[in-house]
Amino acid sequence: MDWIDILLKVVYCVLVVVVTMTIAGYSVMAERKIASWIQGRIGPNRARIPGIADIPVLGTALVKLGIFQLPADGLKFLFKEEPVPAHVKKVYYTIAPCLALVPALVVLVVLPFGVYYIDGQAHPLVLADLDIGILFILAISSLGVYGVVLGAWAGNNKYSFFGGVRSSAQMISYELALGMSILPVFMWANGPTGGLGDLTLFNVVTSQTALWNVIWMPIPAFVYLTALFAETNRLPFDMPETETELVGGFHTEYGGFKFGLYFTGEYAHMVIGSAVFTILFFGGWQFLPTFGFLPEWVANPWASWGWIGSVVSVIFFIVKLYALMVFFIWIRWTLPRFRYDQVMTIGWKYLLPMALACIVFYAIVIGAWDTFMNVQDTPAIINQSAP
Amino acid sequence: MSDNGQTKMVPINIDGKDFEVPEGMNLVDACESVGVEVPHYCYHTHLSVSGNCRMCLVEMGTPMRDRATGEPIMDDETGKQKIGWMPKPAIACASKAAPGVHIKTQSELTKSCREGVMEFLLANHPLDCPICDQAGECRLQEFATDYGRGFSRYVEEKNVKPKRTVLGPRVTLDNERCILCSRCVRFCAEIDKNPVLGFTERGSHSTLTCYPGTQLDSNYSLNTVDICPVGALTSTDFRFKMRVWFLKPTKSICTESSAGVNTEVWSREGKLYRVTPRRNDEVNDSWMTDSGRMLYKMVESEARMQRFRIDGQVCTLGNAVLRARELIQLGPVAYVASGHLSVEEQAMLRKLVEKEPGSVTFVGHTKEGDGRLITNDRTPNVRGGLVTGLIKELPVAELDKLRRQLESGEIKTVVCYGEDLTKAGIPSELLKKANLVYLGTHRNATSDVARVLLPTLTVFEKTGTFINQQFRLQKFYQAVPGPAGLMPDVYILDALLAECAGGAPCRPTLEQIWQDLAAKVDILAEVKFNKIPETGLLLDGSAYAGLPFCEGSGWHFEPQRELAATSKF
Amino acid sequence: MSKVVERKPLTFLEKTYLPQIVGGLKITLQNAFRPKVTLQYPEERPPIPEGYRGVPTLVRDPNGREKCVSCQLCEFVCPPKAIRITPGEIPEESESVHVEKGPEDFEINMLRCIYCGMCQEVCPEEAIFLQDIYSVVGTTREEFVYHKQKLYELGGTLPDEHYKWDKKKAATERAAAGGHH
Repeated sequence: MDWIDILLKVVYCVLVVVVTMTIAGYSVMAERKIASWIQGRIGPNRARIPGIADIPVLGTALVKLGIFQLPADGLKFLFKEEPVPAHVKKVYYTIAPCLALVPALVVLVVLPFGVYYIDGQAHPLVLADLDIGILFILAISSLGVYGVVLGAWAGNNKYSFFGGVRSSAQMISYELALGMSILPVFMWANGPTGGLGDLTLFNVVTSQTALWNVIWMPIPAFVYLTALFAETNRLPFDMPETETELVGGFHTEYGGFKFGLYFTGEYAHMVIGSAVFTILFFGGWQFLPTFGFLPEWVANPWASWGWIGSVVSVIFFIVKLYALMVFFIWIRWTLPRFRYDQVMTIGWKYLLPMALACIVFYAIVIGAWDTFMNVQDTPAIINQSAP
Repeated sequence: MSDNGQTKMVPINIDGKDFEVPEGMNLVDACESVGVEVPHYCYHTHLSVSGNCRMCLVEMGTPMRDRATGEPIMDDETGKQKIGWMPKPAIACASKAAPGVHIKTQSELTKSCREGVMEFLLANHPLDCPICDQAGECRLQEFATDYGRGFSRYVEEKNVKPKRTVLGPRVTLDNERCILCSRCVRFCAEIDKNPVLGFTERGSHSTLTCYPGTQLDSNYSLNTVDICPVGALTSTDFRFKMRVWFLKPTKSICTESSAGVNTEVWSREGKLYRVTPRRNDEVNDSWMTDSGRMLYKMVESEARMQRFRIDGQVCTLGNAVLRARELIQLGPVAYVASGHLSVEEQAMLRKLVEKEPGSVTFVGHTKEGDGRLITNDRTPNVRGGLVTGLIKELPVAELDKLRRQLESGEIKTVVCYGEDLTKAGIPSELLKKANLVYLGTHRNATSDVARVLLPTLTVFEKTGTFINQQFRLQKFYQAVPGPAGLMPDVYILDALLAECAGGAPCRPTLEQIWQDLAAKVDILAEVKFNKIPETGLLLDGSAYAGLPFCEGSGWHFEPQRELAATSKF
Repeated sequence: MSKVVERKPLTFLEKTYLPQIVGGLKITLQNAFRPKVTLQYPEERPPIPEGYRGVPTLVRDPNGREKCVSCQLCEFVCPPKAIRITPGEIPEESESVHVEKGPEDFEINMLRCIYCGMCQEVCPEEAIFLQDIYSVVGTTREEFVYHKQKLYELGGTLPDEHYKWDKKKAATERAAAGGHH
């Protein structure tokens, strides 16, 4: 690996982080806008950047959409006075918001967000195509709870402490259901005869060419989605924050840019969560499933377009991801918060048993499929990294 | 009413209830004494009865007797003596309490009488309440709501009369508002003996005015404002200053002279607005002097001292007291005070004198009085100095002895309490050489040369007692807080005492000072501060009867002995 | 005898919450496409209804006379003690000298005012009105203390039904000219 490769990787990294953070940022705007629509309001429509906003029709439309609210908010967070309360544990207080954001960004490394073809062979657009992909994601993203708990504890405040306690309990509870619910997907992706024992996410996407997992694995998809809501602290599972009872929950003592980090971290988690969900259940960047009888190109109509095809695949991936984000937001402004005991009940008594039942059920189904249908090839296409 | 302190009580019946009241008492007062209100405008306890307002009309009757035999006529139904009700209502103010008098203050006839009187009075009365200073303490307002009809049938144009008529230097008249009760006229003639007021014209054209060539300029003229039941006579000083319902009255004592006139001080949010007399039939009836009412202005005077100072430099109380103690102990010390101090302050000063002995002199302030409520002694509390044992002799106007002592260097330190020594015959050059500790409220030629300045509070800013010329112990209360950072005189004296004695200041309450006093002074042995009645407590001053007090006779006061021929005014 | 109401057990579907969640999503979706109620504030202003209680102001009568006579009833009745009046005498050279009394200063602390309208109700001279001003802005506490001049500027002129003081002045002039006393 010479220095050009390293430079390219760095450029890719920066690009990925910038794009993800922009998406996260604009999810905030989408959140505000959609919330206002649902509530019969107009939402932010005044922030303007002089040059762009002065473009006749487009500029006005963008201003009305509130596009420029994001830089305004960002600048506000950046320039706000940042008081550090006297009673906080200063070191932990400072590093906690970073701890909340960093895991979300690290997960990006193994996320495939598109496809490119060399000699008709599909390769994932990914920073590091780890063969333990999903394990890495689960391992790293669950570190996010440390940011919340540490911030809550460093805040040295009853409310934030309560928020921290709740968040740790909730995240650990739903981590289980989350992990269990995706096992059927990987059982299917690897297939009994493939014998690759590979956990890369690229395999998962290619395994869905015939049928997206969400169609025939609705219950694991539902369990995963619910657990995802809980893991990202979104309503109706925003126990750590619960602004009506705990002031601001774990970030009660935070303000200014540190609060901004928490805020961005939450949305980054949502973006990553949605991306993983898209990959696991919605066929990643694929256009449509073939359902076994449609021609192969329906899944990747842009396969032969060269680098343009790659870009289109990435865009289609982002479209799916954004649709999911909108769903997240839509849910938030529809449902009230669960009671804490309900959160625990749902996590332990319903989601976890459901996920376990699904493992058993799909193990039997996939086993039976393999045995009785005598499938020669697994749906998975052999990976580059395979020997 | 009273004969050798013995009052004969007679039974009367008001609205069907039996009461015992002193015989010969005016029926309006008699009703008031048992808690029944008989509305009245022209009647005033301390003035003659004129009976012109007709507001106090009540139904009246007496037990019937057989004309021939004089036997009581009994009512068979009740078994009591029959009441012979007069066919027409009578005015209560012109009747005196006699045995068996029956009156009805709530009957239909009485009520309709009052409604009628109110209607006539209000017919030409202007709707000035929003701009009238009397609003809030106006008898017309009160009785209109209590006894009036509640609506007006008068459609004709109201009378127009002169407003803002200047009757005298301190009194302004609004003729439209006058209801012709003649209280002011009677006051001038009977109490002030200066009959300048009278009515001219007839009927609804009647106008209150001064006799040609005279004006209402007596020193008692503002009493006419107090007794005016409506807003016709107004005080030029208080005019349009503040609505009375915002003002908080505080009981106080006038410091103008040793008469000890009982007053009420009206303040709002720490600011004084006016001083009015407080009724005390043993001292000042319902009256006070105009000059006494203006004394409140000293509170906001420019010359007020606000800071503790050592040699002109601002310092803390602690440092000032420390320096004062050093100067006093440098000694020999002489103390100069006066009858302006309250009894408590004199008691505390005496303790200081006992600790750091020195001669104590009171500066006398004598000036010829008016034989009424201004006495020859223009300090309120010389007798307090005698009673507390602070002085044995009466005050002197010129401090010749002290001047000689200062000149000869016999006295090094002078503690001066509120007196201007330069006016008492000690030149300021001499004072400059001495170590002068000055306690007082206002700057003067003496305070300017003082080494240590300890600012104190005025009579309106502290609570205490005075003993007036009758040896009557009377309380006054704090009406407003003093300037920020200052504290009552007794606390300063206590701090000084503690500094001299080497202890910590204990900030004695007035009760504690009085406990101390009661133990030390025989004639105060039974006195407890909280038990002193609001009308004062008469002490036995016979022990001091031999002293040549300078007061001449005045209202409610006769000197015990002939005026000393040597006393100067 | 209390009546026991049978509580219907939830069906399986209801227990999953899902139909309700879907129903809720439908409602919010419908709402998202309804017309918006937002008022674009600085450009669009809400219509002020009759009887609206805005900022208390002092008014002049149609002849330009300042109506307040500083009777201090509003100061007395004001529940949050927002009003502070310094009474004064109207100078001899003034046209309204026959009114005798007017405020030297009239302060309303808008940080204290609760817009209850009791001052308007109690005013015997119909001099104080809560009109349609609802926007109170300032950057210091002092700015929120409205003084007499500002209050009259805000209040403007309102119609008068009585002309009480003008009638009084006319009567005085008639009397001076030898009419009825």
